[in-house]
Amino acid sequence: MFRYANPAMFMRLSGALLPWVCGAAVIALAAGLYLGFQVPPDYQQGMTVTIMFVHVPAAIVAESAYGLIAIASLFSLVWRHPLADTAARAAAPLGAVFTALGLITGSLWGRPMWGAYWVWDARLTSFLLLLFLYLGYIALWNAIEDEARAARAAAILALIGAVNLPIIKFSVDWWNTLHQGESILSGKIAPVFLWPLLIMALAYMLLFAALWMVRIRTEIVNRRARGLMQRTA
Amino acid sequence: MSGPFASLLSRDLRLAARSGGGAALALAFFALVATLVPLGVGSDLHLLSRIAGGVLWVGAVLAALLSLDRLYQGDFDDGSLDLIALSPLSLEQVALAKLLAHWLSTGLPLTLLSPLLALLFGLSGQGTWALFVSLLIGTPAVSAVGAIGASLTLSLKRGGLILPLIVLPLLAPAVIFGAGAVSGALDHLSNGALGLLSAFSVAAVLLSPFAAAACVRLNLAG
Repeated sequence: MFRYANPAMFMRLSGALLPWVCGAAVIALAAGLYLGFQVPPDYQQGMTVTIMFVHVPAAIVAESAYGLIAIASLFSLVWRHPLADTAARAAAPLGAVFTALGLITGSLWGRPMWGAYWVWDARLTSFLLLLFLYLGYIALWNAIEDEARAARAAAILALIGAVNLPIIKFSVDWWNTLHQGESILSGKIAPVFLWPLLIMALAYMLLFAALWMVRIRTEIVNRRARGLMQRTA
Repeated sequence: MSGPFASLLSRDLRLAARSGGGAALALAFFALVATLVPLGVGSDLHLLSRIAGGVLWVGAVLAALLSLDRLYQGDFDDGSLDLIALSPLSLEQVALAKLLAHWLSTGLPLTLLSPLLALLFGLSGQGTWALFVSLLIGTPAVSAVGAIGASLTLSLKRGGLILPLIVLPLLAPAVIFGAGAVSGALDHLSNGALGLLSAFSVAAVLLSPFAAAACVRLNLAG
């Protein structure tokens, strides 16, 4: 773990990996979308079932991204891992965008299914709260000028959010549920829908990984540039 | 009362009472929210009594947020937080004392005012009692989560704007269970909201001093 903490090491490794991850993301995205449009209409949902292929993966990535931020924050607070702050900061806007994507595609699916763009259903509501958690986290990073202090404050906030997130989800579930139950793990989904969904989930994860690496690399290069400017000034 | 904990607590309480009426302002804000809502949604008492639990809970949370900057910001700005950090108390005990002072000067008065505002909304006796008990149990959690937000943003010039964005999503469970207790009482069913609210409140009050102390430490260093 700590062998890769060295930014120079990370730059070399991620530089070699990046084209492959990008390529794999493009291929998986193309394959997933192609397969997604080939599926037969669902007997209940009709063709709106295809929205699932862009909605569910966004939701998975949005939630995992918060988990990644929390893990990176733990590394940053406990072991002072030098890349963890950068990684956590770089993941936050991506997570927020995937959360927004999940909300938008969810409401587009909700219009024909529920007859309204927004329904106060448990999962939509907890996703809205997740979006606000992301926004607060990003705002805190941007508000504190001193970078080391901002990193520690944001890490504490991310951990508190990670502790609270299951409680929020539980409370919102307790409050209300209309959403159809989760059906991937319980085996209720037909294979003809499952394959495009899995490929799209893989594609979104690869896309997230590629964008994340690019953002971390940009931040490292930025930091080097700032260092050079200060030295020449 | 003696000892550093008690003296810090009484100092914060005196500051709250004497410096520009912190508690009174929160109460006025709470009462104003409760006045504006009927002006917005109409005077139908049947409708108002249905939404009273949620509206008054949201109003109480917002009113408590208003006074959060009193927790650390003032002490940080005038340097007394440095002196408090040098006292025999650990920063965790300091955070607990400040949390307690904030609740006594904000959460408790808001709770005591709530039956009067419930009257304006035509809430039934059982509903009013549920609102009172849920606020009594839940407002410590509001102070606790708010204290974390206040300590995170204490060095910021415009911390007041970012504080609600950080704190309000974390307080969603308190609002859900608090308002849920009131609607449960109105529908004569025991939905366990008060138990869940108590659990949330106990966890928040227990964990908050540690998180707040870590934030204060990082803001005082350097």
